[in-house]
Amino acid sequence: MVLPSHSPLVELARTVGAGTAANFADQVDADARFPHEAVTQLRAHRLLSCYVPQSLGGHGASLNELAFMCEELGKHCSATAMVFAMHQIQVACLVHHCHDDRHLKAYLAQLTQNQHLIGSVTSEVGVGGDMRSSVCAVDVNGDEFTLNKNSTTSSYGAQADDLLVTARTSPTAPSSDQSLVLLAKGQFTMEQTGNWNPMGMRGTGSAPFKLTGKGLTSQIMSTPFATISARTMVPVSHLLWAATWVGNAVASMTRVKSFIKQQARSNPGSLPPTALRMAELAPSIQLLRTSYRYLLTEYESINADPTRYDELSTIGYAVRMNNLKLSGSQLIVDIANKALQICGVAGYKNDSKFAMGRILRDAHAAALMVGNDRILNSNANMLMILKGD
Amino acid sequence: MQDKIRKILKDHGRLAVDANSLAETTDLYQSGMTSHASVNVMLALEGEFDVEFPDHMLKRSVFESIASITSAINQIKN
Repeated sequence: MVLPSHSPLVELARTVGAGTAANFADQVDADARFPHEAVTQLRAHRLLSCYVPQSLGGHGASLNELAFMCEELGKHCSATAMVFAMHQIQVACLVHHCHDDRHLKAYLAQLTQNQHLIGSVTSEVGVGGDMRSSVCAVDVNGDEFTLNKNSTTSSYGAQADDLLVTARTSPTAPSSDQSLVLLAKGQFTMEQTGNWNPMGMRGTGSAPFKLTGKGLTSQIMSTPFATISARTMVPVSHLLWAATWVGNAVASMTRVKSFIKQQARSNPGSLPPTALRMAELAPSIQLLRTSYRYLLTEYESINADPTRYDELSTIGYAVRMNNLKLSGSQLIVDIANKALQICGVAGYKNDSKFAMGRILRDAHAAALMVGNDRILNSNANMLMILKGD
Repeated sequence: MQDKIRKILKDHGRLAVDANSLAETTDLYQSGMTSHASVNVMLALEGEFDVEFPDHMLKRSVFESIASITSAINQIKN
């Protein structure tokens, strides 16, 4: 039996990660540009549609495989891994909630051929970072709609072929009554309205954009966004983000190991003093990996059983997923920071083979992409009513 | 019981409409109640009716309408 960690799809991601993504990671970071080369490779292997069910022409990958793929890419280029993860989150929303909608199914079938990259436009000026709130609205006229939105952050907004956009269901709907809307290539324009020169995750191109779009009402998903968010977008995001952080953590450990090995070779027979620090680092990486894997296994079993879907909308589940984000985003910074301390000046130098700069800068994005204080605020609120832990 | 529930929704639900005008089955979330507001509604309901919602009942479908809230409280009380 082939383990999911060595399935053909994961092997392909491993090849792209260790090859193209690794080769261009520093350049992507230095220029704060999209990782075109790696994404081209992902397309060539048809990995952008790997989560599409086999019945629609995809590979029918499991979420478990997607997570391993994110880890593999994240070991070499966090930006490539995060772009891949965010795209797959959009695909998962479509796959889990297309039901019998022939238009959405046809879109997914096309995706297996055109390998379009799907961007997400959930953030918006004026909602204070709350994804479950929209200012913009879908304005329906006959069987068409128009939709205009000012986003604060749209990752790879300039490169996305298609978009999934949150908006109020109508111009008179309250801010929390949202739909998820698919906009296909040619139906929208994205005008970048601000610069993108961040500290880390520089290849994700997460700039603010002004979206102008119009489409057919059949592109408005029938499942309310509240349901899509609770059942798919939030849990899958936290799981795949954590997987990319594991990749990032492994990257720092790889540098630490080769640094210590080099020290050991220069003084055979004695353990380098920093080797103990390396041994201390390993449990943190294991903790990061097992914490998300435990929740991933649970998610996959619930997602396979429609009678259990309700569990995903419980407060207890939301708190657990938020806990993963909170603990994982702190752990990854801690790991990268400790790795830098172990490698010392060799890790501090940007032109060293032990350079930890990019890894550490990328790691800091984890606590900010959906700010941890916002999540703490939600959890503090929910823990007041939750009886268990 | 429903009058008390409406009062709580009015005070804590942050609805976009008047709680007294809601039909029993109107979706409260579609009427503007956010997840954050729903927790305040839950806390107020527990205080008002002297009940404790078990964790498995702390989910969207239980608090989506006046009818579903009424049914949940009756279920706990009985």
